[in-house]
Amino acid sequence: MIRAVEPSAGPNSSAASASAQPVAQRLIRVRVLRQDAPGQESYWERHAVPYELNMNVISILQRIAANAKSQDGRPVAPVAWDCNCLEEVCGSCTMLVNGRTRMACTALVDKLMEDNPEEIELRPMSKFPVVRDLVVDRRRLFRSLERVEAWMPIDGSYDQGAGPRISPESQEDAYPLSTCISCGCCLEACPQFTKIELVRHEDETVADFEKRRRSAFDRGFIGAHAISQAMLFNSHPTGQLIADQRLQAITAQGGIQMCGNAQNCVAVCPKSIPLTRSIARAGRAATVWAIKKLFDR
Amino acid sequence: MSEPRVLVIGGGLAGLAATMRLAELGIGVDLVSLVPVKRSHSVCAQGGINSVNAMTRQQGDSEWKHFDDTVYGGDFLQHQPPVKEMTEWAPKIVDLLDRLGVPFNRTPEGHRDQRRFGGTLYKRTAFAGATTGQQLLYALDEQVRRWEVEGKVKKWEFWDFLEPVLDSSGRCRGAVCQDMVTMAFRTFAADATIIATGGCGLVYGRSTMSMVCTGSAASRAYQAGARYGNGEFIQVHPTAIPGADKLRLMSESARGEGGRVWVPRTPHDARDPRDIAEVDRYYFLEDRYPKYGNLVPRDIATREIFDICTTDGLSVEKDRLCVYLDLTHIPRETLDRKLGGILEIYEKFQGVDPRAVPMKIFPAVHYSMGGLWVDYQKNAAGGLEEGSPRNQQTNIPALYAIGECDYQYHGANRLGANSLLSCIFSGLFCASGVVASAHGSRKLAAEESTNLFAAAMRRQESRHESLLARRVGTENPYQLHLELGNLMTRVATVVRRNEQLTAAYAEVCTLEDRWKRCALSDSGNWTNQNVVFTKALGDMFPIAKLILKGALEREECRGAHYKPALAMPGIAATDLAGQYHEAQEWCDRFEQNTKRWLKSTIASHGADGDPQIVFEDVDTSLLPPRPRLYGLIGGELIEEVWKERQKKAALNGSGSAAGTAQTAAVAGPSA
Ligand SMILES: Cc1cc2nc3c(=O)[nH]c(=O)nc-3n(C[C@H](O)[C@H](O)[C@H](O)COP(=O)(O)OP(=O)(O)OC[C@H]3O[C@@H](n4cnc5c(N)ncnc54)[C@H](O)[C@@H]3O)c2cc1C
Ligand code: SF4
Ligand code: SF4
Ligand code: FES
Repeated sequence: MIRAVEPSAGPNSSAASASAQPVAQRLIRVRVLRQDAPGQESYWERHAVPYELNMNVISILQRIAANAKSQDGRPVAPVAWDCNCLEEVCGSCTMLVNGRTRMACTALVDKLMEDNPEEIELRPMSKFPVVRDLVVDRRRLFRSLERVEAWMPIDGSYDQGAGPRISPESQEDAYPLSTCISCGCCLEACPQFTKIELVRHEDETVADFEKRRRSAFDRGFIGAHAISQAMLFNSHPTGQLIADQRLQAITAQGGIQMCGNAQNCVAVCPKSIPLTRSIARAGRAATVWAIKKLFDR
Repeated sequence: MSEPRVLVIGGGLAGLAATMRLAELGIGVDLVSLVPVKRSHSVCAQGGINSVNAMTRQQGDSEWKHFDDTVYGGDFLQHQPPVKEMTEWAPKIVDLLDRLGVPFNRTPEGHRDQRRFGGTLYKRTAFAGATTGQQLLYALDEQVRRWEVEGKVKKWEFWDFLEPVLDSSGRCRGAVCQDMVTMAFRTFAADATIIATGGCGLVYGRSTMSMVCTGSAASRAYQAGARYGNGEFIQVHPTAIPGADKLRLMSESARGEGGRVWVPRTPHDARDPRDIAEVDRYYFLEDRYPKYGNLVPRDIATREIFDICTTDGLSVEKDRLCVYLDLTHIPRETLDRKLGGILEIYEKFQGVDPRAVPMKIFPAVHYSMGGLWVDYQKNAAGGLEEGSPRNQQTNIPALYAIGECDYQYHGANRLGANSLLSCIFSGLFCASGVVASAHGSRKLAAEESTNLFAAAMRRQESRHESLLARRVGTENPYQLHLELGNLMTRVATVVRRNEQLTAAYAEVCTLEDRWKRCALSDSGNWTNQNVVFTKALGDMFPIAKLILKGALEREECRGAHYKPALAMPGIAATDLAGQYHEAQEWCDRFEQNTKRWLKSTIASHGADGDPQIVFEDVDTSLLPPRPRLYGLIGGELIEEVWKERQKKAALNGSGSAAGTAQTAAVAGPSA
């Protein structure tokens, strides 16, 4: 959340002095849906940012923060947003750009202008509670990873030699699933994943509130990303050792049975993770497991 | 609460490795991070992690050679015992990561595949596609999440570390941190505190680093009295994609997989690079360094690329500096399999397919070799004593530093794929000593007088409030950051000159002054990113100053620190006698220089805000310093002369090459 903001890409004498020069004082119009804090009304604010070569939505937000004035020259607080890596690998910067859920750091202005030269519209994700402006609270997404026990059940971190041998084919199968950046695009697009936003009661302790929120999360849809992680770990020789626990989790309340197979998730995943394949696999595994459980009773 | 607790600041590879091991040792951990730990900068690492392995062993490799390469690559500036221990742990660490489920690339038989990185002749680097850092970070993040569910770890994400809390004896008893959502302050009582907050690339404005790599945490520890080592050693990576918001890395693995660096022989040749015939291309690295070719160590590759564009005027483009990094001779399928991820980055941000068209790249600030000074306890074998509370401890008792923010492992220059290793190693290795330290204090931190913490908290609250109150300032923090970055990039990267460094120091002081007149555009107390950034910016100046002052005072060339006036050129004479004479002189000068400058630069924060610098001896007890001769003209002859001298010195039992004789026994390749 700390971030550097470059007010303008003026001539740069740096070692890598390849910064883009302003081509002309063409202005990019930006419309941001702002919200000062949770529970407050949201409102639109317009900004105008001078065009530069090779801009992305992050650099637009940087210019807005540095300038801190709205289009009509009114001083305004800088728009808050999340980012870190600026190369689409940390998963921080998810937002709705021109209505589409995506990573802001790879949203190149030139491309956006091709689609809509009039304006760029930025909104926070709608399935997570807004913290401020474009910053949302995505703790639920990480909670889902706990629900499916997305980890290797190793004995401990002391030396025990190498892991199991793995064929190149299995590696190539697992690797894409392992590149999930926890951005939440798949959740934003999913009709089954609906927003859970709770407010702490006056007489409620922090711990009690935490507990209530957790149980609300645990009743809600677990999400495509977590189903896919469950399949990733269940396909690994060590991960498999607790495969049943994961199947239990993805068939419990809020589990895979809620998935309507609308496939919106796979269409928006910035890492092109084969989510529908994971979901299909999970569905089959869950069925087999349910039958097995029936007979074990 | 009657059990000791440990506070870990930072959840990159280093912080997560330490947290996992501490939890396993039964100690409760509070883990504080600016971003959700899974989003830490370590995700950006692409290339891989080094260790000796069964295959390289059969080609003559050993832990000792990995140690030697690391020390030689770092131009002997690092203390040797920690490096030795690290390289010995390396195979075990990669095995552990393998068990944690990291999807390392595989050979047809199912073993881990390995590639070659710069500064070595062996294929030591294990990798997971082109996202090794991401994969390693996730594996550790998952284990820490598991400990969180067990209740051993409590995470504090979106929290900013502001100040270590020291008791009257100077021992660290915890820290003051701030919630970046509610802006509330909180003190953490901790029996040991570990700083694992990564590098300081943002001091240079744009770099290959992520946006939280401000160095603010290390700076805050330094301002509280922690010593800072080798600050002037900043690695500039030879190959980055120039961009307006960030300089995106093109991993060394592009060259590891056969990428070739070249420029057209005709300056700014306007032809499509694909139409430029072989004879019209200058593969300058291969030409100048036949042995290592495109895989020379980073400092050398960087300087050569910089030089070919500036001195030789052979930049590909006229208005901006860049050279070609060419992969087009490699089959598409191979590229996709081995480099897919990083090529996508190029394509995504440049809109050009690097499988078809040579990439345009230029050096960028990439890694801080320097960092918080840390201690170690040496053992009889010349490595480290595991379990000693001294390992990784700063000069402030019970305050530790690990990962990129310590100064310990990479000397004057870091070899590729060695940093992921040093991060995980320092995190795992320090844990037992940290536990000993946490159990070792008289009284638990939680039982410490509340006044101690309250005073520290009040200090931070008033700093915060005075910043928020600055509504009528004249300066813009973002503008100041831009100026600082441009200045530092101009004078303290590839080439350093004393006049420039002196002038820049004065300019940084002016910038710092102007910072005091910054106006905040957001004076609210809810998710105020403006004030968080302004604070971090304020803490960049002390780091910038110690970098500049260290660079100014270090009158030599070593690794990433290069002063043209002090370079030791190769041999010029054409006749044998003349050459021999020059080689002798070269070796004399090398010996003198070693005596004078093979020292750690140690900065302490002075009362006036200026760094106080002292130079301290380096432990070279295992491997006597030798000239780093990659590609030097006449290098073979110098090497010969050098070896002769070493032999003589050994025979005389003492002599100029200190340490040679008594370490001969230890120095043999370990079995
Ligand atoms: C693009 C790129 C590619 C690289 N590729 C390789 C490679 O292939 N091989 C290799 O060995 N090395 C590589 N490196 C280097 C390596 O990635 C880093 O050195 C390493 O990841 C640093 O890890 P760390 O744990 O020290 O810190 P980081 O991963 O940077 O984590 C720092 C943590 O500290 C927290 N933090 C920072 N400041 C504060 C504060 N004030 N308060 C609270 N928390 C704070 C952050 O939130 C974060 O969690 C690469 C580096 C870059 C930039
Ligand atoms: S396929 Fe399932 S998880 Fe994906 S969007 Fe549709 S309902 Fe959601
Ligand atoms: S599956 Fe894709 S869209 Fe969903 S969180 Fe992971 S990377 Fe993001
Ligand atoms: S900033 Fe990391 S994904 Fe966009």
